[in-house]
Amino acid sequence: MEKMNSGIKKLSRYRRHRFAGPALLIVALITMGTTFQVASALPNSSKMETTAKSTLIEEGKRIFNLGCSTCHGLNLEGGGIAPALIGVGAASVDFQVGTGRMPLAEMSQQAMRKQPIYNEEETAALAAYVASLAPGPDIINEAQLTYERDGNTAEGGELFRTNCAMCHNFAGQGGALTQGKYAPTLMGVDAKYIYEAMITGPQSMPVFSDKTITPEEKLSIIKWVKAAENEPNLGGAALGRVGPVTEGLLVWTLGLGLLIGIAVWLTMKAK
Amino acid sequence: MKKVERIGGNVASYVDDRTGAAKWLRKNLTKVFPDHWSFMLGEIVLYSFIILLLSGTFLTFWFDPSQREVVYEGSYEPLQDIKMSAAYASTLHISFDVRGGLLMRQIHHWAALLFMAGMIAHLMRVFFTGAFRKPREANWLIGVGLVTLGIVEGFLGYSLPDDLLSGTGIRIAEAIIQALPVVGSYLAFFTFGGAFPGEAFIPRIYTVHVLLLPGAFLALITIHLMLVWYQKHTQYPGPGRTEKNVVGYPLMPVYMAKAGGFFFIVFGVTALLGAVASINPIWLYGPYNPGQISAGSQPDFYMGWLDGLVRMAPPIESYIFGYTISWNILIPGLIIPGILFTLMALYPFIESWMTGDKEEHHLLDRPRNNPNRTAIGAMSLSFILVVLINGGNDIIATNFHLTINQIMWFTRIGVIVIPPLVFVITKRICLSLQRADREKVLHGRETGRLVMLPHGEFVEIHEELTPAQKFTLTQHQQPKALLLPATDANGVLNPQGIKGKIRARFSQAHVEQVPAPTESEAEALEGGHH
Repeated sequence: MEKMNSGIKKLSRYRRHRFAGPALLIVALITMGTTFQVASALPNSSKMETTAKSTLIEEGKRIFNLGCSTCHGLNLEGGGIAPALIGVGAASVDFQVGTGRMPLAEMSQQAMRKQPIYNEEETAALAAYVASLAPGPDIINEAQLTYERDGNTAEGGELFRTNCAMCHNFAGQGGALTQGKYAPTLMGVDAKYIYEAMITGPQSMPVFSDKTITPEEKLSIIKWVKAAENEPNLGGAALGRVGPVTEGLLVWTLGLGLLIGIAVWLTMKAK
Repeated sequence: MKKVERIGGNVASYVDDRTGAAKWLRKNLTKVFPDHWSFMLGEIVLYSFIILLLSGTFLTFWFDPSQREVVYEGSYEPLQDIKMSAAYASTLHISFDVRGGLLMRQIHHWAALLFMAGMIAHLMRVFFTGAFRKPREANWLIGVGLVTLGIVEGFLGYSLPDDLLSGTGIRIAEAIIQALPVVGSYLAFFTFGGAFPGEAFIPRIYTVHVLLLPGAFLALITIHLMLVWYQKHTQYPGPGRTEKNVVGYPLMPVYMAKAGGFFFIVFGVTALLGAVASINPIWLYGPYNPGQISAGSQPDFYMGWLDGLVRMAPPIESYIFGYTISWNILIPGLIIPGILFTLMALYPFIESWMTGDKEEHHLLDRPRNNPNRTAIGAMSLSFILVVLINGGNDIIATNFHLTINQIMWFTRIGVIVIPPLVFVITKRICLSLQRADREKVLHGRETGRLVMLPHGEFVEIHEELTPAQKFTLTQHQQPKALLLPATDANGVLNPQGIKGKIRARFSQAHVEQVPAPTESEAEALEGGHH
């Protein structure tokens, strides 16, 4: 106690120091930021319980009627606010539900990636049901994702820059589209979902059929994306890999800010 | 006398006998410079320039400025066997296969950003303190020239590596050249030696980037500094400082040590940035290919405002005699920047005309004491900031979950509405600060100490300023308005016409000030309580 008191006394000597205000402000901002980070990073623990199974398709139909038919219609015919799902295929369902985009959290410009609502079995059941009504692209299974063996990173990079970078940015970080729509980041996305997105063209994305980009080329693109994701930041802090905007911000704050601080210190009157 | 001293003395007198250097050195080494942190902004620019020369020379040892096609066989795996230009391949080579190459490249690029940021900060200091006034107008013009050349030099450096981002920038530059009416297409063909991208552009801009412009910089910086030396440095007002003297420290030893030390600090900060923060990771962008583009392609910040202007331009074109005039590129890409830079260059002359001030000034203005100028400066900055925001609209949209269209409309309207608002607000703030100064001089500083008088009244103690503080707050001259002569000798009304009217109106805006306290006002309060 004694020790603490003397510590506080020592500290309080600086309370009228001219840097005391700015220093307190910085401490307060850091505390608030950290609290916010911790609070918002707490895991969302709500999970649906698995129900008993009959056949996969019937189960899928049951889930669909409960969770999806309000917007997509009882016969997948779609409506004013949602597209028809006839012929979209199992791959599309797997992508949309598996990445948490469907069901929608809100009517916004674009469905965003979030914690999936349905678990793997439920997603598989939904996909089987939708695929049972009309043919469409199939779910990509692990055996097809041989990009480590069959892909070519450099070729994938060329294909990525030609076909993907105009929306997803040169390093797959994502980018803005019109009216609040956006191309999401590809960092941390499962290879399966990247492949399924290419063959189903979710949201604003075009479909890249096997004639436009062959299956081997798709594997090369995935290999390049994974290489970019795993590439260490060779030049130091990556600054978001979004180009000169963050670089300019850093030079005005840390670069010039630090130098002006030093200039002030150098020209201070000796006390 | 020691042996060393004797030899040193002999050498010195040998040189002095033949050159007469001693007298010149004594005069110049003891030259006095004033001390203030804001006078060191220009030094940051000068030292960044030296760092740019040194690191740039290192880079030229390996850079191959050629658009000849090669197949990459260096150590960066994800680009293996890809066809690219020799310029891009050699930049990869510098980044990955030359010892310290990546660090040097990053130092070079960070120093370039610091060079431009420092120049803009220095320009703001000179503007807001009125350091451009007579006799320093010529140095202001050189400064504006240096900023302009700096933007060009930076853009060329950004273009040299021939990566996807460079090529995108060059493509936009080509579009701006083509937007020139009548001669545009021919000029573009001339610049690129044929159709875009061709094989001539990179070798050409390399010569300009490493020879022509650095030479121009050296010449202009030399004249800039010689003029500072010859005209002497301006100083902030204060006791003992007049229009006829300079209060500060001598060059030798104080400034030699300070400036020399500061050079190493600037070098240290650029080296720190180069070592810890990635800049322009060209290996991720890939080689330039006119068929490719990346989302969020941006220029460096000193071009960002131009990009923002182009991005907000509405799609207007007209067709005259079979020629297309792309106003959507011509206006934001050439006409507005042209007007801005012309106004900036001419500002010293415009202000002197508006105020009728033809005096020499060596004492700086505190920005609040010239509310009109400060407001004009803040207005211009707000214009640039608004268009700069639009230059980064895609990055802002993705990171803050906004729509690119909203940002564009916000800046389209904002670019017209915000600058006048900023003008009015800044001017009011300056006048309030003048009022606060006046209050302080007449009534002292509010200490926040409350005391209770014997009869129960509470009063706050006001601490009188020291005479030196009072002097600093009251020394500035407050100009009188130029009046429009009503009739001339022959009875003609308003002989100066519309020009005279405008001038009188501007002058009135300029003299809107809170009167500085006079001695008699101060005396009237002496002894009285406040």
